[in-house]
Amino acid sequence: MEQHSQHFKENAARALADASAVAQRDILALFTPLMREAAVSEFGDFAALRDHVKKMRQHTLDNLDYYLARFELEATNNGNRIHYAETAEDMNSIVLDICQQHGARKVAKGKSMVTEETGLNDFLQRGGMEVLETDLGEYIVQQAGETPSHIVGPALHKTQQQIREQFLENHDLGERDLESIGDLVGEARTVLRDHFLEADVGIIGSNALIAENGYSMLVTNEGNGDLCANLPSVLIICTTLDRVLPRAEDATAIQRLLVRSATGQPQTCYTSFYSGPRRAQDADGPLETHIVLLDGQRTDILASDYSEMLRCIRCGSCLNHCPIFAATGGHSYGWVYPGPMGSVLTPLLTSLEASEALPNACTSCGRCEEVCPSAIPLPDMLRDLRHEQSVQKITPASWRNGLRLHAWIATRPRLYQALTGIGISLMHRLGGKKGGFSKLPLASGWTSKRDFPAPQGETFMRQYRRRSQSNER
Amino acid sequence: MSESINPRVSLFVTCLADLMRPSVAFASIRLLEQAGCIVDVPLQQTCCGQPGYNSGEYEATIPIARQTIELFEHAEYVVAPSGSCAGMICHHYPKLLDGEWRERALALAEKTFELTSFLVDVVKLESAPAVSTDLPPITYHDSCAGLREMGVKDQPRQLLKTLCDVEINEMQQSDVCCGFGGTFCAKMPDISEKMVDDKLRNAGNSGATLLTGGDLGCLLNIAGRARRQGLELEVRHVAEILSGDLYSPAIGEGD
Repeated sequence: MEQHSQHFKENAARALADASAVAQRDILALFTPLMREAAVSEFGDFAALRDHVKKMRQHTLDNLDYYLARFELEATNNGNRIHYAETAEDMNSIVLDICQQHGARKVAKGKSMVTEETGLNDFLQRGGMEVLETDLGEYIVQQAGETPSHIVGPALHKTQQQIREQFLENHDLGERDLESIGDLVGEARTVLRDHFLEADVGIIGSNALIAENGYSMLVTNEGNGDLCANLPSVLIICTTLDRVLPRAEDATAIQRLLVRSATGQPQTCYTSFYSGPRRAQDADGPLETHIVLLDGQRTDILASDYSEMLRCIRCGSCLNHCPIFAATGGHSYGWVYPGPMGSVLTPLLTSLEASEALPNACTSCGRCEEVCPSAIPLPDMLRDLRHEQSVQKITPASWRNGLRLHAWIATRPRLYQALTGIGISLMHRLGGKKGGFSKLPLASGWTSKRDFPAPQGETFMRQYRRRSQSNER
Repeated sequence: MSESINPRVSLFVTCLADLMRPSVAFASIRLLEQAGCIVDVPLQQTCCGQPGYNSGEYEATIPIARQTIELFEHAEYVVAPSGSCAGMICHHYPKLLDGEWRERALALAEKTFELTSFLVDVVKLESAPAVSTDLPPITYHDSCAGLREMGVKDQPRQLLKTLCDVEINEMQQSDVCCGFGGTFCAKMPDISEKMVDDKLRNAGNSGATLLTGGDLGCLLNIAGRARRQGLELEVRHVAEILSGDLYSPAIGEGD
């Protein structure tokens, strides 16, 4: 996908200027945490499950070669064909090749952030395929010519009214009201049903690859993934190699965390396990199944200081709890993955330069880490990325030098207290009567939006030293 | 509580209390003394190093961390009227340092506390000279680092109840960041503005006219924005309220 992360601040300013979109995001930011909280508190010992899954994920990543080899063996025995793709381009080419080998024209696609990352739809369309997204949110976004704003709810930025107007304009179905959400869903279902039946190839993602039996798990609420997987004669599962887990019960453990963290449901409407192509005794299912495993720099991340990021299960909880995501919306982040997980992943998967603003779009409030089902230390990672930006001199020199000067003075207590003693008394004399400053040199970022409160008077250290001295006398 | 009858506390003043609002440090000393502590203030202290650290200037922050450790490691307890500075010492110094320094950082972390959690959890302050009885309706902003790094949530509320006999008008999303974030508010002013406006709206909707909290960074941000917007919201550090210091100008108010 084309990247616009370098314009994060401008994107955010635009997003903040749209009052109705702001109101919609405010509601989501209020309710999605409440939904998660209700589900988590009903579960029982969520923390213990989280700790277990964290360890299990870390163990798998630490032994990724072993579990990948086992998955490949088992999945191949089940009749799947496994393809390894080092780059996004490799994945796209492998998928197009498979489509072309079958003379395919139509592709039905389930929700997959990995294929957003590789820009698969555009690639297939350029190769002559008709590609239709079948997840309702993805369908809406694709029809609007947009990209997902949220990794779980791709069209959460759209209002019901906007979707209604979009459907009325795009679906040639005559006079109708489409007043209710049910009407909208029903219409999308009708339009999509034909496409499922006509599609030559189905493409879906995967929430987990199970090493012990070679199955792939998919969690959905709409059942569209199953239709993509079972109706067309060819199924392609596109995912990344870090999705692999040792055992079936590890996949269900992830599922319990994922669903509660993502939508606050105890269970999604559909949790499917795909074993492979139709067997002689099966009534239906694809005739041929492919699993394309993308590296896409995951092995680089695994070898880096950011390997814990690979524990991410894409629940979107960090997005739902991030006040900056709530303020700016997902599109402001300018690439595939927004919010805290995106601000870590985007620099790692693209470049630190092109993503300069993202690690800085964080107040270290810690809410993301608190709710992360994989206990990923997102604020630490974002700060580490800021450190790398400083080391690589991507951070503006004025910031680096200013902060280093502050640190240098702070390690010279006599100088520090002399300078602050003079400066603070001066500031109090200038601003104490009014209570604050509406403009202040070197603090324009602060004073552009708020007054700078005046210091109360002399510094504490001056006052305290004087009191101690007079007590001694 | 430790065996010693009078716990000895070294106050980590915090740079914001030192520079912007000394009354917070004096109030902290009074509260600690009311709780029976013997308080000293190491005179060589400056800043915990968060501005540089949070911006990723790790190398520049290491000497600050070492200086703070050397200055405070012989204390029985270290108390700071700030969750974020206490969190810096307890959780981030050990990440920043290696080897022997890391061990010393961990030892310091063991005995370092945020003020209200020290008063409630360690010395169990349950009564104090009666302070103001007619406080305006009051709401509490849970500062992020205090809440999530230092576990400060019930302690300030409990103290306001027992010492001032006041119930909090809880605001919606009291635990959501106010948009300060250290250098964040200067780097991304538009987003920070939205966040602090949300905080002010929630505070206003609670019916409170006095907002308090445990971290001056947040309070300066909230008060500065309230002034800019012309809102009638008093902002004070919780230590000031608990110690009965309600008559000096609130944050951002003129003398």
